[in-house]
Amino acid sequence: MIIKLILVAALAGAAVTLVRGRRTALSLLVRRALTLGVLAAGVVAVLFPATVTEVARAVGVGRGTDLVLYLLVVTFLFVSISLYLRLGEMHDRYVELARRVALHEADPDAHETNRRLTPRR
Amino acid sequence: MVPTATPRPRDAEPVVVPGNHDTCVVVPMYDEAGVIASVVAELRGRFDRVVCVDDGSRDASATLAAAAGADVVRHPVNLGQGAALETGIRYALAQPGVDYVVTYDADGQHSLADAEAMVRLARAEGLQVVLGSRFLATLSDVPAGRRRLLRAAVRFTRSTTGLDVTDAHNGLRVLRRDAAAGLRLRLHGMSHASEILGQVARGGYSYAEHPVTIRYTDYSRAKGQRGWNALNIVFDLVVDRLRAAA
Repeated sequence: MIIKLILVAALAGAAVTLVRGRRTALSLLVRRALTLGVLAAGVVAVLFPATVTEVARAVGVGRGTDLVLYLLVVTFLFVSISLYLRLGEMHDRYVELARRVALHEADPDAHETNRRLTPRR
Repeated sequence: MVPTATPRPRDAEPVVVPGNHDTCVVVPMYDEAGVIASVVAELRGRFDRVVCVDDGSRDASATLAAAAGADVVRHPVNLGQGAALETGIRYALAQPGVDYVVTYDADGQHSLADAEAMVRLARAEGLQVVLGSRFLATLSDVPAGRRRLLRAAVRFTRSTTGLDVTDAHNGLRVLRRDAAAGLRLRLHGMSHASEILGQVARGGYSYAEHPVTIRYTDYSRAKGQRGWNALNIVFDLVVDRLRAAA
């Protein structure tokens, strides 16, 4: 069944995204394209509800509602991973910022050009 | 100590030179007010550069460490021990004339003699990294449960990094300037110990282990990490290694 291929591929893609741990320009493009795609599909699904069931049958799912649920779960997974990675990046920046503050408070001269180069003894 | 107008404690220090001028001891601390003064005082007896990184303690650790003669760097918020170590290392490397950085736990479990011996070993053998190992020493009294857990951690570390080590989570280490400068510790919790070993392996640094004794006091046991945290560490490391490979 086509749906199995699609879902397994999506889950594998989620795992790869998690492991690579970087958000690239390509992943940004993919996210934007998917967002537009979901919006367009949503409009179509609202205007012509029967098409959802037709698409579901075509890929091997019984009901349109089930197809929507599967896609929702996969989307949620990608959104969660994306947020997790973004939080990680923000945490790294936050640590670096706090570290600079701490080092500057401890030794304001350390980053100056006229810093003392003689040992403190 | 003679009170002076300058607020910086280093200017008010006596001119006694304890030795090991090329070495800076980095002590990450978090709520260690009970022991930090004696640990710093002991260190200052043999090392003239001691920097305590206060990782957002809620007690008087920072004041006590400064009074005992350490430079104190205060994280404005709690960032984790790995981050504190990296901050301390960066502070140490900004000091003129520092060739070796020693990492030293704040809870008083390490022995000063071990730290000095490890720095001597690094100098004598030209090693970039010297790691403390409680399992090379004959008289270490490691509790049985802890020993089993640490042995498992060692097997994991050996198989994932290829380093031939006998102790994966010892806080006492000596890093030469070039090795210390390359260290980036990003993992949260206590995973940084293995993260350091992973970077030693990846950097291809020359390293050796040195037997050390650990004082398992009631204080250090209470402060030490829980055994089940090992699984969190494994999870962190697996993701870290996969990322390094990707």
